[in-house]
Amino acid sequence: MSGPQFRLSAGGRIDRAAALGFSFNGESFTGYAGDTLASALLAYGAFPLARSFKYHRPRGIYAAGAEEPNALVQLESGARSQPNLRATQIELYSGLNASSVNAWPSVDFDLMRVNDWLSPLFPSGFYYKTFMGAGIGTGRWWKLFEPFIRRAAGFGRAPAGPDPDRYERMNAHCDVLVVGGGPAGLSAALAAANRGSRVILADEQAEPGGDLLAGDRGIDGAPAMDWTATAMETLGAAPDVTVLTRTTVAGLYDDNFATALESVGERFGPDAPAHLPRLRLWRIRARQIVLATGAHERPYAFANNDTPGVMLGNAVRHYAGRYAVVPGRQVLLGTNNDSAYRTALLLAQAGIAVTLADARESPPAALAEAVRSAGIVLETGCAITAVAGDRRIRGAKIAPVRADGEIAGSPRPVDADLVGVSGGWNPALHLASHRGARPVWNEAPACFVPDDLSALGVRVAGAVTGAGALAECLEQGYAAGRDAARAAGRTKRIRKPVLKTDDGAAGAPIRPLWAVAGRRPGDRRGKAFVDLQNDVTAKDVALAARENYRSVEHLKRYTTLGMGTDQGKTANVTGLALMGMETGRSPDAVGTTTFRPPYTPIPFGALAGRDRGALFDPVRETPMFDWHAANGAVFEDVGQWKRPYAYRRAGESLEQAIDREVSAVRNAVGIMDASTLGKIDLKGPDVVTLLNRVYTNDWETLKVGRARYGLMCHEDGMIFDDGVTARLADDHYVMTTTTGNAATVLNWLELWLQTEWPDLRVFATSVTEAWATATVAGPEARKLVSDLDGDIDWSDEAFPHMAIRNGAILGAPARIFRVSFSGEASYEINVPAHYGLALWQALIGGGATPYGTEAMHVLRAEKGFIIVGQETDGTVTPQDVGMGWAVSKRKDFIGKRSYSRPDTARPDRKHLVGLLPLDSGTVLPEGGQIVNDPSQEPPVTMLGHVTSSYRSPSLNGGFALALLKNGRNRTGDTVHVLKLDEGADAARVVDPVFYDRDGGRLRG
Amino acid sequence: MLLIRCPYCGLRDESEFSCGGEADIARPLEPEKLSDAEWADYVFMRTNTKGRFKEQWVHTHGCGRWFTLVRHTVSHEHGETGVFGGVAPEADG
Amino acid sequence: MQRYSIFSLARNALTGHRNWPQAWRSPAPKPEYDVVIVGGGGHGLATAYYLAAEHGITNVAVLERGWLGGGNTGRNTTIIRSNYLWDESAAIYEKALQLYEGLSRELNFNIMLSQRGVLNLAHNEHDLKEMSRRVRAIRGNGVDSEILTPAEIKKLVPAINISKDVRYPILGASLQRRGGIARHDAVAWGFARAADDRGVDIIQNCEVTGIDRDGGRVTGVQTTLGPVKAGKVGVVVAGHASVLADMAGFRLPIDSHPLQAMVSEPIKPVLDCVVMSNAVHVYVSQSDKGELVIGAGIDSFNSYAQRGSWQIIEGQMGALVELFPVFSRLRLMRSWGGIVDTCPDASPILSKTPVDGLYFNCGWGTGGFKATPGSGWAFAHTIARDEPHPIAAPFSLDRFTTGALIDEHGAAAVAH
Repeated sequence: MSGPQFRLSAGGRIDRAAALGFSFNGESFTGYAGDTLASALLAYGAFPLARSFKYHRPRGIYAAGAEEPNALVQLESGARSQPNLRATQIELYSGLNASSVNAWPSVDFDLMRVNDWLSPLFPSGFYYKTFMGAGIGTGRWWKLFEPFIRRAAGFGRAPAGPDPDRYERMNAHCDVLVVGGGPAGLSAALAAANRGSRVILADEQAEPGGDLLAGDRGIDGAPAMDWTATAMETLGAAPDVTVLTRTTVAGLYDDNFATALESVGERFGPDAPAHLPRLRLWRIRARQIVLATGAHERPYAFANNDTPGVMLGNAVRHYAGRYAVVPGRQVLLGTNNDSAYRTALLLAQAGIAVTLADARESPPAALAEAVRSAGIVLETGCAITAVAGDRRIRGAKIAPVRADGEIAGSPRPVDADLVGVSGGWNPALHLASHRGARPVWNEAPACFVPDDLSALGVRVAGAVTGAGALAECLEQGYAAGRDAARAAGRTKRIRKPVLKTDDGAAGAPIRPLWAVAGRRPGDRRGKAFVDLQNDVTAKDVALAARENYRSVEHLKRYTTLGMGTDQGKTANVTGLALMGMETGRSPDAVGTTTFRPPYTPIPFGALAGRDRGALFDPVRETPMFDWHAANGAVFEDVGQWKRPYAYRRAGESLEQAIDREVSAVRNAVGIMDASTLGKIDLKGPDVVTLLNRVYTNDWETLKVGRARYGLMCHEDGMIFDDGVTARLADDHYVMTTTTGNAATVLNWLELWLQTEWPDLRVFATSVTEAWATATVAGPEARKLVSDLDGDIDWSDEAFPHMAIRNGAILGAPARIFRVSFSGEASYEINVPAHYGLALWQALIGGGATPYGTEAMHVLRAEKGFIIVGQETDGTVTPQDVGMGWAVSKRKDFIGKRSYSRPDTARPDRKHLVGLLPLDSGTVLPEGGQIVNDPSQEPPVTMLGHVTSSYRSPSLNGGFALALLKNGRNRTGDTVHVLKLDEGADAARVVDPVFYDRDGGRLRG
Repeated sequence: MLLIRCPYCGLRDESEFSCGGEADIARPLEPEKLSDAEWADYVFMRTNTKGRFKEQWVHTHGCGRWFTLVRHTVSHEHGETGVFGGVAPEADG
Repeated sequence: MQRYSIFSLARNALTGHRNWPQAWRSPAPKPEYDVVIVGGGGHGLATAYYLAAEHGITNVAVLERGWLGGGNTGRNTTIIRSNYLWDESAAIYEKALQLYEGLSRELNFNIMLSQRGVLNLAHNEHDLKEMSRRVRAIRGNGVDSEILTPAEIKKLVPAINISKDVRYPILGASLQRRGGIARHDAVAWGFARAADDRGVDIIQNCEVTGIDRDGGRVTGVQTTLGPVKAGKVGVVVAGHASVLADMAGFRLPIDSHPLQAMVSEPIKPVLDCVVMSNAVHVYVSQSDKGELVIGAGIDSFNSYAQRGSWQIIEGQMGALVELFPVFSRLRLMRSWGGIVDTCPDASPILSKTPVDGLYFNCGWGTGGFKATPGSGWAFAHTIARDEPHPIAAPFSLDRFTTGALIDEHGAAAVAH
């Protein structure tokens, strides 16, 4: 690559003192601070730096901003690599390293270009018409071809490793959010700030100014950027104004919630200071919003309009004015509106030879005179019809065109190595559309503009309204800022500034022009692209029309128009206008697709912010957690809690550990950390009424000092939680819930108390974290607890099963429930959370064996006790699990009515049963499906499933609980539990209580 | 994300709240007297209005109180709130 | 109908593709049809197709308020699977999957079915137990399903993080190899073209504004293009089912919620199967174009707007990046919303109604796309015979009265 020969010797907003070396596709380049990657590369010429999606045609830089369809690059390598960035939006930094995407082996020689030559076979939607596997077998051809299509599709590559960078979120509130820092946005921000509003001004560029950054505009007889600088000073001095540069407002949501992405450390590249996040996601709640989002220039299509060196006209102006780069010596500008005249004049001033082809017969006289006197060749009534060349432009042709865009005379060659095309302007109404604005076709500028959203507190100003003149943009901005401030309650009166702009005489209307040539079938003058990124041509639009994919959504989905990473910013309106021409409708009648957030892409990491790793979801630990961790605990996640599953000793397998823990409880004494069980404190005179309504059983008879087990159901009658509730005093109860449902149950109680029974005098308070709980269980439990220093009488007479006592243990206030989930005598000792570890250590010191959740599961299963969520799944009633005894006949409660529905009252529903494998060495698989006939071929008649299954050291063999159709009436039958692959295990249906059926052990 | 006026706390982001669906579904006083169809109507059938819709919300990560909110299910515009079984205090914000 | 094939493509290439016929006509509605299908999404178009193809009923109109496939058909994450827990669900979703497997050929339209496998991750002991139960039930129903270890998962999905040292480690997964994705628009278009070819009138931009009844029997519909008489009316309008039911004078056990989905920018292949996780709520696949297609959870409020709330998307991305740390720098390109009609038991309604000759097919919630051909096939039978097909019978409206719900919540908490 020869030197930066296309950099103008003077001008631009680059810092020529700060040269920055960088590399692209392995070659070394030099640019300046203030450059984008695109401008720095263009200084070396408009060469191909990308390949297109479908045809792999060489592509160059096309635009100067977010609308760029072509110049996607892979930035950096390794874990910090970033695919699909637009070169036009990458600020140059020293050492930047970028490469082309979607080209193999290289961007200069891409084998997939074969797609282009075969393109007659690949019209839009060709893949719907072939690979059906006709006659060869279902979809076999597609299976063969799909991997190739997948490899050919996609642009860049995912990074090689986990993202080392950091992302932040920031919440902000303001009176007025101004989106866009061009003349309209600055004017709006000034007006709102002068009224004393809290203002946030967000602009996506490194510096505000918008269109003024091209440097060729004037305000009050001075360069317009002087006005911009003054405006920024004023805003900087205002107390409540936040100016966010490099910040793209990406989406607007209900109630004027906005998301914006700020580039922070990103612009320094991999060597960014460590304290900076790469990106910061702003979540802004604005009372009022002013959208000064500007407009994107659109091209018109002509043959080979994708050749590198064809650019948007205004992009040529911006590269020349802002970056002092003109990547050509002879420029052909094609236009149908006034805006290209400024580009022509700017280029002429820089000494570039310019031909300006205006499709209008009679451009405004003043403009024509101005360009002619600057030495520019002006061709009126002409449009560009084609460019020649493949990897760079080797000339172009212009010709008169008819109203429908068809060529009306013979094309004439024009010498050109750079082509700028302007087909008009599309207001950037994306954000307005997010808030529900309907795009309305405006004939004069031939574009869609947003309808009025002021009732929602959203106003538009500047080019987004279709405005063209600078004065109009300033005026609209001022009015929108003032009105927004007023609507936000800022009523301070301010004086309207009077500004004189260089707009000149009133312009002439646009001549709508969408595609010159390339539309008709059989037109062999070359492809005329509408969507450059997705390789959608004018012919593809015509084909979609012919095949009746005429809705704008069908057009988009059938041809992929506007579905690329640029979301069709330069393509959509042209595409639907062409569809309108094909089908005899105005663009308005064709309609637009709905713009979807985000306006420009946002990295997933920025959306996740700091919610990563341990912060992804909080971990809840009990006061004894550290002891567990230090003593071999293997943890399991239960909800957000970490619970010990088992405590492994050295040399022990997990199974051995569980067996040892179970045996300890059965034969001596074990302790379990039960702090995670939900605990809800219930106070008030009507607690018993509440309990009667939410639990299936009766609560009237529960005395102070006693506890009772209860089942809770939804109105459909299905179990959703269970637990023990104790009566501490006449009007004071404490309810326990399962670990996972603690919050759900509290919400459930509150829902009923507040919305249905506000007359009930009950306060419900979660006290789960206030207490630490150790369950002491086993034949030696009473001896162990009796040895604790305290004032409690542990004798069976004084403290029987299902009783509760308050007292002091180790000097701490304690609340003890004598309840059992293991089948042994058992005490749940609750102490204030910060005494939990001391209690635990005292119990361990007394000789207790700690046991985990799995041993607890085995112990309770031997007793036939259910676990909600394991024996139940939202389809199981109390009667199904054999707890009809806990369902009151005497009162109404939530869910009761459902039990008399035909299906719920069926006698042959699935019932909880016990299963004993005929071979006692077998442990039936949990989840195993139960059948009568193990030889049946699938689909088999499944009668239920194994809900819990363990090896029991006490029973010395496997045993299981199961839900079995008509199970209670099948005691003694042999059933079969299918193995995962083949065969089945035979088992006998038994009562679900395997151990100590009369309950003697748990009573003492 | 909606900006909801909790009658007890004032304006807060939607993420502090949970939506409990259609409001004013009164629990029958004597369920046992209902037919299966009438019971099903109470338990399962919903109006699911397209348009202005009275629903109940709870300020989960705030005061924990349930209240009603009238919200349009197409525009999401919302306004009128109501409280259950009493009078809300003067809310700030 | 001009058959599509590589040969017809080549032939048309010679004539500059100027001779392709319309994929379907755009006729004006006739005054009367034997059957009117309300709703031109995948399910409605499939119903019309199977009415014509299986039952010989061709005097059928499909009335679509907007454009074909513009509702949830064109908004879902294109996942196809049949790994359902209950027998009733397995029957209809497996029927759908089997129809999908032959659909490109049957319709002569490549729906790009890509059976790249659907992986459901387990992150804790409870998940593992649930997974064991599901896989065994699924296999009992003759549907393919298998259990993978973390190492096997890593082999299948190299980008996934199977480290034990994360908040929710991956402990295992179930895999349905026959599951996968298909091109959602193509399913609608393929059915539309094939139905049109059999004489079905597909009428777009025609909103139904009333359901005409006479003595408890349906007689036709009022539309924005005028009245249309019909002997039978099948309503298949996803999110708007309650609105149509209201026109016919009854209520449904349905709430409509927004469901959001999103895609990344297209990148080279990085994910070769569908990955779903209940516990952290992720479902993601990579399309043939290279985009990661990601589904979010539903918003809790009722809505008929096709947009959801922002915080849902943020929460989604935390989970995704936890599972796939290398996705952090990939970029969200587009997000959108659909309206899903959710039932209390997370199962659909495919049923006769209190009005004779009026049939409803709705309540598919977040999982309708995968059922499209099966739903249309069974619904066509229900309409043609005025009697539910056996695989549709369990999904009748009366289950809410009898209590015979088919509750798929237990293990299908994740929306998909």
